[in-house]
Amino acid sequence: MEVLQLLVSGLANGCVYGLIALGFVLIYKATEAVNFAQGDFMMIGAFVSLGLTNAEYMNLPFWIAAPLTISIMAVFGYLLDLFVLRHLFGQNQTAVVILTIAMGFVLRFIAGIIWGHEPQTLESPLALGDLHIGGVVLGMADVAIIVVTFLMTWFLYQFFQRTKLGLAMQAASQNQMAAYFMGIPVKRVQGLIWGLSGATAAVAGILFASKGAIDPNAGLLGIKAFAAAVIGGFGSLPGALAGGLIVGVIEPFAARYFAAGYSQIAPYALLLAVLIFRPHGLFSQVRVKKV
Amino acid sequence: MRIHFKTSYQHDIRLFPDRWTLCVYGALLALAFALPYLIGEFYLGEVTNVLIWAIAGLGLMLLTGQTGQASLGHAAFLAIGCYANTILIEQGVPFIIAFPLAGIITGFVGLLIAIPVLRLHGIYLAIATIALSVLADDIIVLTEHWSGGVSGKFPEMINIFGFEIERWSMPSRFYYLVLVVTIACTLFYRNLLRSPLGRAFAAVRDSEVSATAMGVHIARTKGKAFGLSCMITGWAGALMGYYAGTFNNETFSLVISITLLMMIVIGGLGSIHGAFFGAIVVAFLPQALSILKDNVIGSGVAIPGLETGVFGLILILFILFEPMGIYGRWLKIRTWFELFPFARKDMFRRQKSYLKTERLR
Amino acid sequence: MSLLEINNATLKFGGVVAVNDLSFSVEEGEVYAIVGPNGAGKSTAFNLISRFYEPFAGTFKFDGNNLLERDADQVADLGIARTFQNIELFEHATVLQNLLVGRHRHRKTTLLEELFFTPRVRREEERHREAVEEVIDFLDLQPYRNKMIAGLPYGVRKVVELGRALASQPRLLLLDEPASGLSVEETQDMRWWIDDIRKQMGITVLMVEHDMGLVSGVSDRVLALADGAKLAEGTPAEVQANPAVIEAYLGAGAV
Repeated sequence: MEVLQLLVSGLANGCVYGLIALGFVLIYKATEAVNFAQGDFMMIGAFVSLGLTNAEYMNLPFWIAAPLTISIMAVFGYLLDLFVLRHLFGQNQTAVVILTIAMGFVLRFIAGIIWGHEPQTLESPLALGDLHIGGVVLGMADVAIIVVTFLMTWFLYQFFQRTKLGLAMQAASQNQMAAYFMGIPVKRVQGLIWGLSGATAAVAGILFASKGAIDPNAGLLGIKAFAAAVIGGFGSLPGALAGGLIVGVIEPFAARYFAAGYSQIAPYALLLAVLIFRPHGLFSQVRVKKV
Repeated sequence: MRIHFKTSYQHDIRLFPDRWTLCVYGALLALAFALPYLIGEFYLGEVTNVLIWAIAGLGLMLLTGQTGQASLGHAAFLAIGCYANTILIEQGVPFIIAFPLAGIITGFVGLLIAIPVLRLHGIYLAIATIALSVLADDIIVLTEHWSGGVSGKFPEMINIFGFEIERWSMPSRFYYLVLVVTIACTLFYRNLLRSPLGRAFAAVRDSEVSATAMGVHIARTKGKAFGLSCMITGWAGALMGYYAGTFNNETFSLVISITLLMMIVIGGLGSIHGAFFGAIVVAFLPQALSILKDNVIGSGVAIPGLETGVFGLILILFILFEPMGIYGRWLKIRTWFELFPFARKDMFRRQKSYLKTERLR
Repeated sequence: MSLLEINNATLKFGGVVAVNDLSFSVEEGEVYAIVGPNGAGKSTAFNLISRFYEPFAGTFKFDGNNLLERDADQVADLGIARTFQNIELFEHATVLQNLLVGRHRHRKTTLLEELFFTPRVRREEERHREAVEEVIDFLDLQPYRNKMIAGLPYGVRKVVELGRALASQPRLLLLDEPASGLSVEETQDMRWWIDDIRKQMGITVLMVEHDMGLVSGVSDRVLALADGAKLAEGTPAEVQANPAVIEAYLGAGAV
């Protein structure tokens, strides 16, 4: 019974990691760049929703504020690509990595200036109460997180596999010059993917903020989401979710069964182990090409 | 415009290409040695900080700029060097042995870590090093008996054959110590650059395939790069411990790792000057910002995250508009003057490269 | 004993047989060319010799040594150097530095010596520089000595690749499409250089090439490959007249 409780509470956290990891993988699938600021995107999304919904700010109804947040973040992602990342078009990926790290710092600073450094909670209708199923306690917010995450993963997976735009994005990430020649507007596609990633981060942010308090450093759990994305395999959307769930579930188990201090290192130790022994993750997308 | 008339291959092999450059750096060195007599204690301390960061930057530059292995976890090696040095001295080893040994130990650990990490490329390497940095932070706390955990350690006064050096009461002596280590590390780096190993590092960075075909053992070369880089970084870490006066797991956090990498990018990736320019920015930014803030807003208000925020902004601006860093800009300005009025407009134009996926290799 | 002996080499990629029971040998001092349509397995054969691929079957002997016992980075030590079809130079280094990396297998100094730049390192550097300057003289690369690869035209890069391989003073030189992308004049230069490499330097040349003019002008023997298997072997004239070769290149109706 305790095992089940640990499992279930780890699942919700895992879904948040998974959502952030989805954002990473989206951008990676389409541009082969890694957005180290994805966690901070989530944090900004959370604060934007907070700023729109909470009584002391704009006090809009939640069901208006939420879609508004998602739209704002989508536009934010697109504009970020338009004004900042396009300049790096054609440069090597390390530059993008360093740029996104720096972006994370700047975003954290701006969030602190606008909303302050005190932890705040979103006044969300999702945090209604607790569900009791057979001895296991689950917060409503957690249920919402799990449901939304699975839905989004399914939706995004279908998007990439079935739609024309999704295929175009995959093409642009595999060979930019060839994609250009096939008439794919590579730069615009890139902008769209950043927008999509921003929207995903917004969803993660809204859910996360419903569950607990946030402050500008909340984005730092992006590092654990990283671990999730790597464990799942960087090119795979379902893999990102799986990775997130694994990391999310390991944490409470490690905290319960290992000595204090050791539980904290569990996700990172797992990450290193995966990198060393199966570097392309559990759902690897790397194939060997004939030279 | 300076034209180099070379009469022997030694012109290219030796440290300075011509008399003029030798004189310029000689003067710089003389200035460095005379500095304690020229500026006050506070600024001397600042310059010492710059030099320590420069040493750390040189260490990371060797790995990232020269060998192309991006590391976001070098604070872990700063920590190892620092703790190794302090623990050795606590066990009674004299400083003159403990200090170099701390660097060698750090280099060795770096080599060990490099072995499993060698096969990783690009982002996977970056992620592994991030995990490393976070793990180092936690491991320091876990090994509390040795490391002092969260309460940290206080390095003792340095004692070299009876000659005492203490950071706060004898800042000029400490400065000279740091200066000597800086010069030594710079010389090591320079020597590597003009030798086969340095070229092998660059080969690994640019094309592993043809480097292998030329007889370069990739794994061994990367291992050497890690080892040497971590050794130099370990020395910087030991000196950082003395400079700070006390250190614990938070002194060497992930943020420090990231700052180090951003520092060498701002300074100019791949050059020795880059490490120094970046160090100047990192060391003086907090002062500059607080002076600015005091004048604009007033000294009562604290803005947390200001330094990292501004630092991030500077980095973004550099990556967008001057990816070759401060040294790159300096080179461009100097070339413009040297070739005046014949400098061509797009002399330093970047080659655009189109992305080709790494997932199909 | 031939310098290079390959017997029954086979390599498969999944279901595709890239090299199919291939056997040939290269004598010392000759220029041996491998021709064939695209996908015939020519570059694959090179990658097998360079030990980038592991063969499914077959023996590879170089100067009596079993190549299969060596790793990819030990091949240069044996005296084999190669160029690459899609130029693999070190972009962020100068021509001189690229050529000097070619000397890596002759490196005699250790890490510690290099760290302190002892007089021995200095002497070795001078020696390497002299060797590389000979290559620069041979290939007329003097004006490009201190230029970064990133700014050089394609033809010059091809020559630098050749120079880097020559700098290692090999016994066997593997040239992967040395004339691809070169103009008529540059191809002519390449022809004279390959000839000089064989005559003046005594280096054996094994090359993959599509340009039949270059092949017939400079090779002693030619091997025609198709679908990873030997189609014909002999002098350039013999191979060009071979009906099976003509069919592979031009189709059955052309015979």
